[in-house]
Parts: sequence; C-alpha cells; structure tokens
Amino acid sequence: MKQFRSFVKKEFHHILRDKRTMFILLGMPIVQIVLFGFALTNEVKNSKIAILDQSNDVSTLALRTELAASRYFDIERDLHSYKGIEEAFQSGKIRLAVVFPKNFDADLRHFNKAQVQLIADASDPNVATTLVNYATAIIMDYQDRITHDRRLPYTINTELRMLYNPQLKGAYSFVPGVMAMVLMLVCTMMTAITVVREKEMGTMEVMLVSPVKPMKIVMAKAVPYLLLSMINITSILLLSVFVLDVPIRGNLLLLIGESVLFTLTCLAFGLLISSSTASQQTAMFISLTGMFLPTVMLSGFMFPIENMPLPLRILSNIVPAKWFYYIVKEVMIKGLGFAAVWKETLVLTGMMLVLLTMSVKRFKIRLA
Amino acid sequence: MGGAYFPPTSASSGGVRAYNLIKHYGTQKQLVQALRGVSFEVQQGELFGIIGPDGAGKTSLFRILTTLLLPDGGEATVDGYDVVKQYSEIRKRVGYMPGRFSLYQDLTVAENLEFFATIFNTSIEENYDLVKDIYAQIEPFKDRRAGKLSGGMKQKLALSCALIHRPSVLFLDEPTTGVDAVSRKEFWEMLNRLKQQGITILVSTPYMDEASLCDRVALMQNGEVLTVDSPEGVINSFQQPLLAVKANRMLPLLNDLKAFEGSDNAYPFGEYHHVVLKEGTEPAVLENYLRQRGHGPVTITTIRPDIEDCFMALMRN
Repeated sequence: MKQFRSFVKKEFHHILRDKRTMFILLGMPIVQIVLFGFALTNEVKNSKIAILDQSNDVSTLALRTELAASRYFDIERDLHSYKGIEEAFQSGKIRLAVVFPKNFDADLRHFNKAQVQLIADASDPNVATTLVNYATAIIMDYQDRITHDRRLPYTINTELRMLYNPQLKGAYSFVPGVMAMVLMLVCTMMTAITVVREKEMGTMEVMLVSPVKPMKIVMAKAVPYLLLSMINITSILLLSVFVLDVPIRGNLLLLIGESVLFTLTCLAFGLLISSSTASQQTAMFISLTGMFLPTVMLSGFMFPIENMPLPLRILSNIVPAKWFYYIVKEVMIKGLGFAAVWKETLVLTGMMLVLLTMSVKRFKIRLA
Repeated sequence: MGGAYFPPTSASSGGVRAYNLIKHYGTQKQLVQALRGVSFEVQQGELFGIIGPDGAGKTSLFRILTTLLLPDGGEATVDGYDVVKQYSEIRKRVGYMPGRFSLYQDLTVAENLEFFATIFNTSIEENYDLVKDIYAQIEPFKDRRAGKLSGGMKQKLALSCALIHRPSVLFLDEPTTGVDAVSRKEFWEMLNRLKQQGITILVSTPYMDEASLCDRVALMQNGEVLTVDSPEGVINSFQQPLLAVKANRMLPLLNDLKAFEGSDNAYPFGEYHHVVLKEGTEPAVLENYLRQRGHGPVTITTIRPDIEDCFMALMRN
C-alpha cells in the first residue's frame, strides 16, 4: 500500500509539474464547450437575405417585416432586378433571396392565390433546406393570419411538440458529445503517453528491476487521470447548466457514476495502447485514430448512426463512446433513471473489464 | 572459448555465473549477434569489470543478468537464482544502474531517492549508512530537480538510488562514460568502499585504464569474452617484446612499422606507435630498418604492456 501511495504521489508530481500540459488538460473542456456553444453551432441564425420586391404593397411589406423580425434572418439588401440576384449570391453575402412578383397583394385578394419565389444558396444543402423551411414557415404563418376569419373547406393542422428540447438547441446534443470527447482525450491519450514516456526515458528499465508488481505500476498511472477527469466532468456540467442552459434532468449521482465508468474504460484502453507501443508518437497516433476519430464519427454525436450502412452500424457497437453518449443523453437530457440505461451500463462495464485485464496481461515484465 | 566453465549447478552460491549466454536481435535475414556464448564467474564480494569497446555486447549481457532480457541460449544465475525462472527473486536483491541516466528528471533529488526506497519496500533511514558517503555530496541539492543536476551529480544520485535497498549484487552499466576524469576517480573510490561492505559489483566500461581498478576483468569484443583474469594476470600473459616508437613523420612511420617483417602488430598509441615484435626479433634490427627507410632521429623504448596492448593482442587472435 505504501508502495502504491508513493507511485500515485510520483504520478501527481509528473502532472502538476508539467504546467503546460495540465493547463491544456483542464482548459480543453472549457474551450470545447465554449466553442461548441457559441461558435461551432449548426443552428442557423442571422442569415443574410436579399429581397426583390416588384410589388411593394401591403402584403409584401408585412411579410418583409415578419422576415426581418425573425432571429433567423437579416435583410442585407433590396434588389431591383432579377440580374441583381445572381450578383448578390456571387458576392457571397446572402444565402437566400425572396422574390415577390408584381401585383402580389392584388393576386392574393382577388384570385385567392399568389406566388413567392425562394432562391437559396445550396452549396451547403443543409443550411439551404433549413433556411427555406424557416422562410416557408414564416410565410405560412402570415397566410394563416389573413385567412383565419374565413373558413376553408378542408384543413389539416399539424400540431408540433419537440420533446426534451423544445427550443431545438444544439447544446442538448453536443454537451454529451463533448463529455465523451474530452474524457477520451484526457484519459486514453494521456495515460497511453505517460506509460510510454517511462519506456522512452529509461525509467521503466529501472522500475522493472525492482519487486513492484506490474499491476501496481499500471493502476497507479490511472489514479491521477481519474481525478483529473472528475474535475473535467464537473467543469463541463457546470458550464452546460449555467452558461448554456442545458438542464440536468436525471439523477446527478447516476450521471457522475456513469461518467466514472466511461473514464475507467478510457483509462484501460490507454493502458492497453501503452503496453503495446514503444514510442510516444506511436501511442499518440494510435489513441487518436483508434479512439478519438471513432468517438467523433461513430458515437452518433456528429452523424446519426441510423443513417450509416450496416457494417458501420455494427462497428459502432465496439466504440465505448457510443454507449456513453447514449447514456448521458438518456439521463441528462431525458431525465431517465438507471432502469433505462442498465443494458448500456453493462456493455461499458464489460468493455472496461476486458480492456483492463488485457492491459495488465500484456504489460511486459521485460524489455523487448 | 576457454571451455573451463561448467553450467551453474548449485543455487546456493552467491555471486554471478554466466554459462554460454547467447543473444541475437533482428530477423533471420538481418541477424545481429550480440552475445556469442559468453561464460564467466564472479565471486561474491568481487569487483568485476567487463571491458570492451562500444558494440561488444556489454549492455545486452547486463540486461540478461538483470532479468530485463531473455537469453536466446545459455544459462546464468545471479546470487544463486536463475535469471529466467527466478527473475522475481533477482529483482528483489540486485541494484541496477543503466548506461543512460534513468531517473525522473522532474522529481527532486530527495523525491527520487525516496521513491526508489519505497518501491524496494525500505526507507532512506534504514540504509542511510550505505549511501551516506555518496548521498552526502548531493544532499545540499536535495530540493533540486534531477534533470537540472550536473553529469557527475546525476551519476551519484543514480548510484544512491541503485544502492538504497542494500542490494547483494550491483550492476553498473558504463557508469563513467561521459564523466570527467576527477569524477571518474572519485567514482572508483566509492566502488571500492562499497566492495568493503561485501557487495558484489559488476561494472562495464569502454575505458581500458579502468581495468586496473577491478579485482578481475573480462575483456569483451564482438559478443565474445576474450579473456577473464586479474589485471596483472592479463598483463603477464603478454609475452612478446613491446616497443614504443616515435619519429618526426608519424604516418609513414606507422606504415613502415606495419611492413616490417619482424613486427607482429603495430598501432598508434597516444604520441607513440606501439610495435609488438615477433619472438626473437631484436629492437636493434628495427632501428636499422627504420634508418634505411629514411626516418631521421627515431626514439625506440622497450615498454611494459598495459591492458590496452593486451586487448589489441587478444583481438588479433
């Protein structure tokens, strides 16, 4: 026990004395949350649009005001001819052009029918679709308002309700994602590197010629990073609740418990990498390609797994982050209890145990 | 090989025995033979030197004896324990100082020593008397990080850490490489004091002049042990006449010395060239020969060989 304590103390010295690395480790989650929260968002806000109004009547004016009032659009310029549309798009400033034909209001009132043209920049198809949908919704709203006193022969009203995330905030899905990513980076990569560094520095050579059991060396490496991850989990949760207004609906203890489980899985994976590699570069490369990329690609955080081809869907099952991402979403966002995530928890526990056993087994008691 | 060695039989005897150790690296296509059947015996409490140039196989040998590498052939025991089967026993009782500085650079002097004391289940206080001499010299800097120490001080710290658990056998792989002359001398004095404590010490070095400071030495070259003897024994085995020759133009002189039919070997040695004469060749004949070859004033002195001369002679055979 005394041996183990002194090992852990040594590991803490390594981490605490390398100020730059520690700063990165503790600063990374904060930077990522802030980045994803405010900069890298896929919500469409304040898109610049242009309007070509050939009618200039009561209705077009009303619609124009509606568009301008929405938080999705900023009217960048008014156009005076069709030619101007092309120019406006090419200048790269606008993403959508709204064209009202001549006699818009008159057509609407006398023929009960008028047309409006939406032209979108589809070089980014997702944004184009989103913008067109927003604009259509605003126009439909207006139509509803002017028709609500008249009876239409047949109408189907769609009532929408967005459960768990009524405002459709991106933060609801990226907070669990960032948690998975940060824990992965800190735990897997850092533990992998720290063991390999001992090999590179030659200290492993001295340590092997001593009565210490490999198990102790491996475990002692994990303890400080587990604690560091706890700090990161806390800072991510605090930021998401108080800065991004993402509530923790489920049980906080359950959430933290699951995070610890995931952290341990990552640590075990890092240790496994370190016992199979000989240089820091290799360890870093393997943890990046073997862990970080799958976490981003196959956890469901960036791209929905349901849309992937079957082989990738199967492959995604061995990515621990997929299970953790699911658990966090269920517990934190939907507010479900342990009963809803026990299967996923079991999978993660299994992964952790397998990885840990492998890394202790594969730990080399000799050089080369 | 001398062939005078037998496989280790009793596990009770201390010291170190190596029998026909073989180690190679690489694949079938590019096989590097690091050890080609190395045998020797070190008595308990002996200060034993393994002398040889870079690439002789010294580090491979040390790593096998400290259980860090598995031999591809042969057997060895350390303190009576087999290096393969009983490796964990050996790891409890040997001290090992690798050729490269291998302590934690970001820990202080005191933290390093304390760490190594705890992993060997002991404390600094318990064995302080053993390291006192050495550690006292670096104690004023005990709060300095190990990475910021000078070369000599790093080496003293490494030795302290290797000694803190009072090992019965101490392995020092090239401890004096890259250390200044004064520190080297000091270091050997420390080793002699440790020997008084009954610790068996194996030390490897590329410096021939350090051989005379050991009780016995093994001269190694290309993965083979050329000879194992006391320094005096090694020198006494050198029977041929040895001359030191000096002239104005040293390079043509060396070529002429090599061409001289009465010479067995000629090589540069400091400011002189050393010539080993064939049995029965008189120095006067060489003097005549050199005059004929047009070398002006030539100094020729008969000298006593040192270890390096013996090494050169052994390498030729």
